[in-house]
Amino acid sequence: MSAPELGKDLVGLEYLSAEQILLILDTAEPFKEVSERPIKKVPALRGKTIVNLFFEASTRTRISFEFAEKRLSADTVNVATSGSSVSKGETLVDTARNLEAMRIDMVVIRHPASGAADFLGQRIRSNVINAGDGRHEHPTQGLLDLLTLRDRFGRIAGLKVAICGDVLHSRVARSNIWGLLKLGAEVAICGPATLIPREFAELGVRIFPRIEEAIEWADALNVLRLQLERMSSGFIPSLREYNRVFGVTRERLAKAGREVVILHPGPMNRGVEIDSDVADGPASVILSQVTNGVAIRMAVLYLLAGGAPEWRTAPADDR
Amino acid sequence: MSELLIRGGRVIDPSRGTDGVADLYIKDGRIEAVGRNIALDPGVEVVDAAGKVVAPGLIDIHVHFREPGFEHAETIATGAMSAAAGGFTAVCAMPNTDPVTDSQATVGFVLRQSIRAGKARVYPIGAVSLGQKGEQLTEFGEMVQAGAVAVSDDGKPVATSHLMRTALEYARTFNIPVADHCEDMSLATGGVMHEGLIAARLGLKGIPSAAEEIMVARDIILAELTGGHVHLCHMSTRGSVELIRWAKSKGLKVTAEATPHHFTLTHERCLGYDTNAKMNPPLREAADREAIRQGLRDGTIDCIASDHAPHHYDTKEREFDDAPNGIVGLETALGLALRELVEPGLLSLPDLIARMSTVPARIFHLPGGTLAIGAPADVVVFDATRRWAVRRDDLHSKSTNSPFLGETLVGQADLTIVGGRVVFNRSDRPVS
Repeated sequence: MSAPELGKDLVGLEYLSAEQILLILDTAEPFKEVSERPIKKVPALRGKTIVNLFFEASTRTRISFEFAEKRLSADTVNVATSGSSVSKGETLVDTARNLEAMRIDMVVIRHPASGAADFLGQRIRSNVINAGDGRHEHPTQGLLDLLTLRDRFGRIAGLKVAICGDVLHSRVARSNIWGLLKLGAEVAICGPATLIPREFAELGVRIFPRIEEAIEWADALNVLRLQLERMSSGFIPSLREYNRVFGVTRERLAKAGREVVILHPGPMNRGVEIDSDVADGPASVILSQVTNGVAIRMAVLYLLAGGAPEWRTAPADDR
Repeated sequence: MSELLIRGGRVIDPSRGTDGVADLYIKDGRIEAVGRNIALDPGVEVVDAAGKVVAPGLIDIHVHFREPGFEHAETIATGAMSAAAGGFTAVCAMPNTDPVTDSQATVGFVLRQSIRAGKARVYPIGAVSLGQKGEQLTEFGEMVQAGAVAVSDDGKPVATSHLMRTALEYARTFNIPVADHCEDMSLATGGVMHEGLIAARLGLKGIPSAAEEIMVARDIILAELTGGHVHLCHMSTRGSVELIRWAKSKGLKVTAEATPHHFTLTHERCLGYDTNAKMNPPLREAADREAIRQGLRDGTIDCIASDHAPHHYDTKEREFDDAPNGIVGLETALGLALRELVEPGLLSLPDLIARMSTVPARIFHLPGGTLAIGAPADVVVFDATRRWAVRRDDLHSKSTNSPFLGETLVGQADLTIVGGRVVFNRSDRPVS
């Protein structure tokens, strides 16, 4: 069997096969080690030019991509601009074409509109990597969550993972749902009904109305950030009640009588969706997610730039 | 005035229930005779229609021609040409222009531009409220005097129950329908496609079917309260069809239209974020599409209207959230209706012509929709079986925002005659 390839762009995990996802996870393994070296640099992308095009504020994703690019020896430029391209006066496609005219190789895009990465990928020749488009997907976050789960459990297939909180507005949730389902995990979503798209049940996703039920069922919880503006837009009555009814607390976890692994894509609202003693507790893998984020982004950049899968140390069929 | 004999076509006239091979003789802008072996004046121009259908010209009671205000997308002249090329002899233009068609002066402007263009007839629809702001009623009487055939705030719903009630009561005086775009804005605001699994997957904000159905229910209840004529625009959900069926069973004065895209496409067309699949109301689910088809079959939905909504290329070439709603439809309506409704046996050819000509003429009280002797000679000759590909360069509209580009449709207008004058003849123009 020939090794799978990724295609030109990484837009979302919905559009990847299980083999392609495993290829990225396996490629990330040796890259983890690069970040542990005293000299954290390999020459894999030397001479490649990458633009980080951020239409939305981001700290950790942008820095994570930038470290990944620098550790692969790529030349990078950051373009940060707030608001959508329309309000800026120049269209997204014009922005991209201008960048391409400068002969860049890759664009990492973060944009408030769902579909923006897809739109860009269809219109320019450079590789496009989605760093979060509206509420659609955030594929590298989904991949780093998968890698972190695999590190912890040694497998993805058969795991029970509950995604908790504002699934409706979450691109992290969508990437996780697709990635987990494709690799054979069982997936549940849990949160206030105003923030849970019931349609996901059609994909085989379980829906828990109460956080207690999700905790009782799950091997791992992926706790989503609650955007504070959801209260003013009427989806929830108050943050206080949210924490009381849906907060992931030590008391609720204790009732499970076993360890439930805790993920969070950050940034956290401590005391709202998650309590500090849970976030900082022994079952939390939140900082491992951040560490794995760099390795995953290195793997994605490397593979899209045409890097050979032989880089892998462990063949996929070992899993 | 010139005379014309259309010879040997299948002449279908739903207004008189006739269907058979015959000649149609047009003289002085009117239907002079229908039959065989008609005595002709010498030197009459003869058109051979053997193998083709000869019918009353198609009538589209819901189009947007963008003039005044948005002439870069469409003008009344280019829209009227697009209509003629699609087999339409008359259309009704919605008032959401800039300025809004909300006075006798602006109604008169639309009519003047229509006459100047000299293609399909363009009947103005006046706004229900001044500036379509949902507050103060417009002068229905003066607008009707100036040529308006209906009132509507289309693009938006008639804002409040009180305004809708007042409009329905006041419109009775002038015997015009109040055409409503049914959308509960508090449920729909921010939505860009149908609320369902596809929207959930794409991460796009959905518009629930309930947003339409709540307003359909409101309008039906107000039709009962007032005795006025409600016309429900572009129906898209199975729930709406059920509500209309119920209203009609009670004998209420409620009529409804559906668009070719709602009886052809579903929300899955939005996968890939194609902005030519973005419209309002949005493309719905397969069960909704089926209900619309059944509604057209049994007459719950009275007629087909295109909701022709031209948009400039640049405005559709952007992120899905930011793109405007709507597609051009005049030149694909007949080909879609024949492919989707007649070919599968859902509607007979005479029934289709009724839903695209005779019935819309009747519910909006327009001339046309008939081949009766003495009627204005608004006639279409079309090939009901020709397969043709929709190509951007062949469209006459100023805009080409269509999800059907590249598709093969069935049936195409060859000759469109308005008031006895040929306004479109396919054989006149070189095929590109």
